[in-house]
Amino acid sequence: MNQQQIITLTVEVIKAGIIATGLMLGFAAMTLFERKVVARFTLRYGPNRVSKYGLLQPIADMLKMFFKEEVIPGQVNRLVYVIAPGLSLIPAIMAFAVVPLASQPFVIPFTEQLFGTPVEVAPWIADVNVGLLYVLAIGSLGTYGVVLGGWSSNNKYSLLGGLRTSAQMISYELPMGVALLSIVLMAGSLQMNELVKMQGSVWGLGWFIFVQPIAFLIFFISGLAEAGRSPFDLPETENELIGGFATEYGGMKFGLFFGAEYIHAIVLSSITATLFLGGWNGPFVEQVPLLGLVYFFLKVVFMLFVVVWVRASIPRVRFDKLMKFCWKFLLPLSVINLAVTALVIALLRF
Amino acid sequence: MINEVKDVLHGSVELARAMGVTLKYFFTKPVTNQFPDEPVTVYPRFRGRHVLKRYENGLERCIGCSLCAAACPTDCIYVEAAENTDEDRRSPGERYAKTYEINMLRCIFCGYCAEACPTEAIVLEHDFALAEYNRWDAVYTKERLLEPHQPKHITIRDDEVYLDVPGWGTK
Repeated sequence: MNQQQIITLTVEVIKAGIIATGLMLGFAAMTLFERKVVARFTLRYGPNRVSKYGLLQPIADMLKMFFKEEVIPGQVNRLVYVIAPGLSLIPAIMAFAVVPLASQPFVIPFTEQLFGTPVEVAPWIADVNVGLLYVLAIGSLGTYGVVLGGWSSNNKYSLLGGLRTSAQMISYELPMGVALLSIVLMAGSLQMNELVKMQGSVWGLGWFIFVQPIAFLIFFISGLAEAGRSPFDLPETENELIGGFATEYGGMKFGLFFGAEYIHAIVLSSITATLFLGGWNGPFVEQVPLLGLVYFFLKVVFMLFVVVWVRASIPRVRFDKLMKFCWKFLLPLSVINLAVTALVIALLRF
Repeated sequence: MINEVKDVLHGSVELARAMGVTLKYFFTKPVTNQFPDEPVTVYPRFRGRHVLKRYENGLERCIGCSLCAAACPTDCIYVEAAENTDEDRRSPGERYAKTYEINMLRCIFCGYCAEACPTEAIVLEHDFALAEYNRWDAVYTKERLLEPHQPKHITIRDDEVYLDVPGWGTK
């Protein structure tokens, strides 16, 4: 390996570490954000006792989880039981790899004087040309953690929760994929950065949310279902399944499941922002590419707000209605949407 | 088919309305009372912690007649009377309360003691934050009850509507 390769490798590893850590911190921030926002929706203040505005609440919660006793119930399948939380957390983080945070690679300042050559850092981990496919594939891996956690716990509630989750996640992947197909048809590419660039034209009107509103709704609803967010939080259903797949988990193992759910929500919001809200696009982003980071962040926060807003507004769906809604409504609707999109594109090509 | 489309449209409108309602409340001020920092406002007739009253000249109102203890449905008041002497005069009557104890763990704040009192010595005032670290601290002694008690965490509202209807407590 020459020096150039070593530098590139180091930069990539550090960047991946920063983004994974950032997602974990985002999870911590998200717990506070969600509690605060839901509190405001229900005319409360939310946590405000730990430091000013309760800003250190996530840290207090995290410390509590770390110092809890790690209980492994008897009769569980130990290996699977211990692995399952990681299996659900890691895919959630992995899905973020293809999300472009800004338009083009940046040159780190002062590196030319230090190493002789300028060191560039790209604002994404991997801009692979099958980015969308990668997101869908990794997104469905998250099912394993949940279903294995539910099965290995040797508890009927956990098992039911795990089964429900797997059924729900697998079902909702279909309309999600078909909804994304209509975008892919329009863009002619699966590469995330290409998809964002496509939306850059005409003052935000090129965003796919305006071009493909139905695809946006289908994608967002299925995304909520896949992340296990309310109103589709059937995996947990505190009042009928106690805690669903996480019933027998405690301490940091529960924390990992919890984190996986929140990181899923963050990744869902980032992908929605990337695919439908124009990603890093915004005013003056051509001149100052770094602004893209800010716009992207704002859009993700907005989508997270919408996720919490939906949670505060809409009660949980019954399980049979959930499946009926997916198979009898969302899937046909997305197929119709795809057909109409294809027809319009074909007519325009004539 | 037409009905199903109608259903979908109706459902979407209702969902949007639901989201609108919650968004409206997102922008309204929370109704939470931040209790230890902000005072709680109670009505003047709120029945809270007991206080033993004195006359303006400093003599105790209580004459140790034990009517409050007799009226108490939970038997939480204990009164032991002693004779007033000219050298040691505590109350205007013949006798005064040597011990006067209320067990706040048993008290149900019904106010019968205040009703029964012939000299209006025992009164239910407005404090409700009566938690103690020690079980025996919840048995209030005469000294504690005699002290004027106006904690900062309670304010009394002055807009109570007095109904001019004869009933319990009115003449």
